[in-house]
Amino acid sequence: MSDTSAATLPNGWEMVIGLEVHCELSTATKLFCGCPNQFGNEPNTNVCPVCLGLPGSLPVVNASAVEYAMRLGRALHCDVHRSVFARKNYFYPDMPKDYQVSQYDLPTNVEGWLELPDGSRVGIERAHIEEDTGKSTHVGGGGRIHEAGYSLVDYNRAGVPLVEIVGKPDLRTAEAARQYVSELRAIILAVDVSDAKMEEGSMRVDANVSVRRPGEPFGTRCEIKNLNSLRSLGRAIDYEARRQIDLLEAGERIIQQTRHWDEADGRTHTLRSKEEAEDYRYFAEPDLVPLDPTEADVAAIDASIPPLPADRRRALADAAGVEPAAAAMCVERDLDGLALVAIEAGAAPDRVLTHIDNNLAVDGADRLAPALFARLVGMETGGELTATQAKTVLADMVETGRSPEEIAAERGFEAMDTGALEGIVDELIAEHSDEWASFCDGNQKVAGFFVGAVMKATKGQADGKAVTALLRQKAEA
Amino acid sequence: MTIDDTALDLAASVRAGDRSAREILDAHLAAIEAREPEIHAFNLVTSEVARDAADEIDRRVAAGEDPGPLAGVPIALKDNLCTRGVATTCSSKILDGWQPPYDATVVQRLAAAGAIAVGKTNLDEFAMGSSTENSAFGPTRNPHDTSKVPGGSSGGSAASVAAGFAPVSLGSDTGGSIRQPAALCGVVGVKPTYGLVSRYGLIAFASSLDQIGPFARTVADAALVLEVIGGHDPADTTSIPQALPPVREHLDDGVAGLRVGIVSELSGEGIAPDVARRVSEAAEALAAAGAEVGEASVPAAIYGLSAYYLIAPAEASSNLARYDGVRYGLRVDATNTPDMNLRTRTEGFGDEVKRRIMLGTYALSAGYYDAYYGKAQKVRTLIIRDFAAAYEQFDVLLSPTSPTTAFALGDKTADPLTMYLNDVCTIPSNLAGDPAMSVPFGTGDDGLPVGVQVLAPAFGEVDMFRVAAVLEAAAPIGEVAR
Ligand SMILES: [Zn+2]
Repeated sequence: MSDTSAATLPNGWEMVIGLEVHCELSTATKLFCGCPNQFGNEPNTNVCPVCLGLPGSLPVVNASAVEYAMRLGRALHCDVHRSVFARKNYFYPDMPKDYQVSQYDLPTNVEGWLELPDGSRVGIERAHIEEDTGKSTHVGGGGRIHEAGYSLVDYNRAGVPLVEIVGKPDLRTAEAARQYVSELRAIILAVDVSDAKMEEGSMRVDANVSVRRPGEPFGTRCEIKNLNSLRSLGRAIDYEARRQIDLLEAGERIIQQTRHWDEADGRTHTLRSKEEAEDYRYFAEPDLVPLDPTEADVAAIDASIPPLPADRRRALADAAGVEPAAAAMCVERDLDGLALVAIEAGAAPDRVLTHIDNNLAVDGADRLAPALFARLVGMETGGELTATQAKTVLADMVETGRSPEEIAAERGFEAMDTGALEGIVDELIAEHSDEWASFCDGNQKVAGFFVGAVMKATKGQADGKAVTALLRQKAEA
Repeated sequence: MTIDDTALDLAASVRAGDRSAREILDAHLAAIEAREPEIHAFNLVTSEVARDAADEIDRRVAAGEDPGPLAGVPIALKDNLCTRGVATTCSSKILDGWQPPYDATVVQRLAAAGAIAVGKTNLDEFAMGSSTENSAFGPTRNPHDTSKVPGGSSGGSAASVAAGFAPVSLGSDTGGSIRQPAALCGVVGVKPTYGLVSRYGLIAFASSLDQIGPFARTVADAALVLEVIGGHDPADTTSIPQALPPVREHLDDGVAGLRVGIVSELSGEGIAPDVARRVSEAAEALAAAGAEVGEASVPAAIYGLSAYYLIAPAEASSNLARYDGVRYGLRVDATNTPDMNLRTRTEGFGDEVKRRIMLGTYALSAGYYDAYYGKAQKVRTLIIRDFAAAYEQFDVLLSPTSPTTAFALGDKTADPLTMYLNDVCTIPSNLAGDPAMSVPFGTGDDGLPVGVQVLAPAFGEVDMFRVAAVLEAAAPIGEVAR
């Protein structure tokens, strides 16, 4: 559970959030036929009798989709068991068979977890395989199926393999929910089973939100749909929790329903209530045989899984002697390898992490030679370069690939010796005695004045921290 | 006469160049022209396509090629088997105008073996029925007595073979839809082991029970067709990747030493005395041929009918959801999509189909699933277990195919339950996934054909056909009207 503060809710309310994430697998072909799994083609061109659900057609499971799903499941620490496809029955024109082949009581992956950067774990109930639907466009009538003048359906997406990852209601803040989705996305990318783009719909998030007072049983939940970005996710959850609290505090009750997030007005709106909800009449799909992976199959999947973000954070944190959260940015930028090699080569871990976090959010950072990076950090900690100079040199290194020594020499960067710096500081104190008296009285604002003046006098070659330290030293003397 | 010849003889003469596929076809088309108006076995006779195909066979023979084991053999196809570019209706209005863009696997295999498809045969709508009276295009009549039903749901396929419109045909059997009409029309009908014949291109009624199989006038012809259509198909993952039982190789092995059990639960109450008598005579004939005949018990079989009428409609309610007017077939317009779905289905489906969709929807509903569908699946497990126990003592089992001989049109349409009872003997094999076939064995008191059912364990087709061959040879010679 993330302990990201829940204090933002009034009167001691706590939110309970569980996320359902649909992820389109990036297999070459669809889940049950040989049609290309491709986005952006002419409508109804990537179709065949199977994915159009023509009478008499039968599905054949795409083995690589199953493998992808298991890879994701194992990366989420799930158990993989014998699983059975099931039909989820409901009428909708973008669903060619008017049922969706999914999994119900026996999903492929069950009971896993995912670790957030702060080290907390969020439970995963299941990660099951299912087929995607087509896409409807309702023309006229405000885009709703009942009022539309006519509707167009594109079945190119019908039958694309999905994994639905059902998280446990372990999240307590919108921020934790955002972190969960980011982490899940990082894992999906790490195991290379999807491009997981929320904006393009290859990763789709539904949020179940309820509120309660801590320690009480879960409240009635509402499911929020149409969350197309991390920003929408956070906003929608916060809005929905407050809406529920307002109702409860007004003495009303929450009605279990599905709600639609409207990004424009920043509210959730009723889509359908539980009473209107469909009875999906799940039953085992008789056209498919169960999936029954052997232990060897699962072992082979496990062997194919690269180090995951949480493992990489921990490895770097251990090497750097910091908390895993402090290593999160390095891993997110995929620069933990660089950091590890630089630290191994003797570079100061705190400077390594600081440079990566603050100065390497740039293209080409991944091409930086770790040995050169380590030397740069060495020059900085050895006093040959100031922090400001090191930053400049680093930017040049990323751009040109040259060595830090060459760049520093070319730019005329050399560390000021302490005597020269002290002389300049003494001169300034003498020139500005009023300001100095004020500084000695504890006026910190004046510190900036002195540092700026020193920098100007040294043409930026002084180390800002060294100047501050010197000023303090002199004030206390 | 050509139309009395077996498929084996016809294919042999075509392959030898003694007869042309075209003349064989024309003889059958002439028979169709003569009697089809009174029988109505077909929804569509594809004379033109068939003539082209026959001419092609003749060209290949002339060129020294062998067109295959069914060279020039006319075959009728139940109209729930997809045929590329040829209307496939399931005898329903809802598929109005639809032409499949592909052939069913069995249709491809028949063509590859040189068979000539002559048309699409009538059936109870979506294979739901036991008399072929539930067709949107009118009933088929029994060639032996046109006041009688041919059985169903594959009534058109059974009648076409009995009437000499084709020596062989294909049907589908979900609860007896091949065996029961075979019995009522006096022909051989085979429901193979579930998974032996690919279902790809068979329009589903109840996927876990449906199986395609042949009709023929002889056991050997049925075996021939089964060997052509059977075998693993990667397009149907429920088809079993296992070698076909070598049925034809053992057809003449006789039954000496085979253990044959008469299923007591399927032979007593509700079976007409004249039918029961023929089953006893069949058992005696097998004993005379050296089989060890005894009484077998499959206790759970008596619950088969009840379980079937939950499982089959449940699957059907889902399989038939896709007929919504959106993509193909009938569309009855309305002002919005859900109303269009509703009106299309209301107008497109007949009463029996609607009844089963409702039954199945109910059986799967939240709160009822465990009591109905769930319990029916448990009964199914019991039936499988009881059959397995019976097959420890017996190699094959014997029962009537249908409780009575052919009944009159309209006799049972008013009461669905009476109609459902027709399948009491055939349903258990579908639930178990085991093979079973009906072999003609004399006539009833009314002079109409009686069928004896031979049941075997999964992939026990070799023994099943050995028994069928002996019964065929021993069957009382009675002039059955055509
Ligand atoms: Zn396709």
